[in-house]
Amino acid sequence: MGQIGRLEIELFLIGGSAGSLKVLLDMLPAVRPDLTFPVVLILHRKAGPESMLDILLANHSNMGVIEVEDKTTLQPGTVYLAPADYHLLFEHKSLLSLDCSEKLNYSRPSIDVSFQSAADIFRGNVGAMLLSGANADGAEGLAYIKKSGGLTVAQDPSTAEVAYMPARAIERGAADHILPPGQMASFINNLSVSTN
Amino acid sequence: MLEPTIIKDDELEVLLADISVLYGYDFTQYSKASLKRRVNRICLLDKFASFAELRYRLTHYPEYLQRFIEEITVNVTEMFRDPTFYKALREKVFPQLGTYPFIRIWLAGCSTGEEAYSIAILLKEANLYHKSLIYATDLNPGVLETAQKGIYAINQMRQYSENYILSGGREDFSSYYRANYEMVKFNADLREKMIFSTHNLVSDSSFNAFQLVVCRNVLIYFEKELQNKVLRLFDDSLDPLGFLALGAKETLRFSNLEKQYKQLDSEKIWRKLH
Repeated sequence: MGQIGRLEIELFLIGGSAGSLKVLLDMLPAVRPDLTFPVVLILHRKAGPESMLDILLANHSNMGVIEVEDKTTLQPGTVYLAPADYHLLFEHKSLLSLDCSEKLNYSRPSIDVSFQSAADIFRGNVGAMLLSGANADGAEGLAYIKKSGGLTVAQDPSTAEVAYMPARAIERGAADHILPPGQMASFINNLSVSTN
Repeated sequence: MLEPTIIKDDELEVLLADISVLYGYDFTQYSKASLKRRVNRICLLDKFASFAELRYRLTHYPEYLQRFIEEITVNVTEMFRDPTFYKALREKVFPQLGTYPFIRIWLAGCSTGEEAYSIAILLKEANLYHKSLIYATDLNPGVLETAQKGIYAINQMRQYSENYILSGGREDFSSYYRANYEMVKFNADLREKMIFSTHNLVSDSSFNAFQLVVCRNVLIYFEKELQNKVLRLFDDSLDPLGFLALGAKETLRFSNLEKQYKQLDSEKIWRKLH
């Protein structure tokens, strides 16, 4: 699958903002539940007490979906959702932590913050995808991952409800691959070690 | 803008050891991912080009310590953050506290005081403030000065007012402060029963017995072992049947205290059983 010579993927990150939820709901059902790495979602969302986003995502996925709490442990084949109003950070390869420091790019969670933190811990063993959005958040984080040797993907802006976010990442040369939503699940599946 | 990484992991360890030995502040059991970001941030803010420069300033200029600690700890807070939490305090906790002749509340990690004023407003509206004391503590003396003044930026008030209403508040929120240009000052009667003091959760011990301990979004910055130590400190500071309130994403689940506490519904409030 053209991944020869690539480092093994130990974590897959997906960042998204306006227009990204529909992409996720279309893509997640086709992602294999036996992935050999965890999937972490950093989505811009309104802070609110009654958010059901984790339940909505779980209904569209064959994997378990966990909204991250303080010091959540990562397991392969599981989707982790950054909670509203916290930045999500990586302590080590299997431990997450939260931080409610200042917003970055008007965002908390900030995609840039989590992408940078993941790259510092996982180095080249991380894949990251940036979806539709109206915010500049994520482009710099994706570039940071690429610079650290990770594998980067941007949603094809022509398929995005709001092209700005993936377009910013592509402009700055942060994306190894540019994919339409229909190809995302198989791309992720093919990164799994158990896949032939 | 993402901040460049100036401090490496092993350098951070050296720095934390210095601070502990020289000044007695122990950050070695703080969560490293967040702490590293904060130390990088202060290097940019104060224009240290390298770890060596930061280390030199810290070890040779004791007066820099306060600023350093204030900047590496997170002091972001707001009034009535997570309004449903405050609603639960009003509806489920205060009716219990009201049965005591005297109510002692410890707000640990109070930062610039927004939570202290939020709780004071709730107590007033429950007609309990006259028999309450709020002990608001923080590691940083600087933020306590801000808390004591009760002066905040006016542009936050719309959000706080919305939070207040969502928490079940029925008064006119603006009646609790007076506006002056871009700032507001909260009414002095809200401060009457507040006691501000420095307290380091890492190294200081219990100083009183409380019916309610509130410590929200502080434990997230600690590694699990330190979290357990601090939770034991809270346990030692709580009367039987007292309440412990943590942040929205914090939990007692990984601690050995869980069996001695009962969680109230879905909120992050636990009641000590005996």
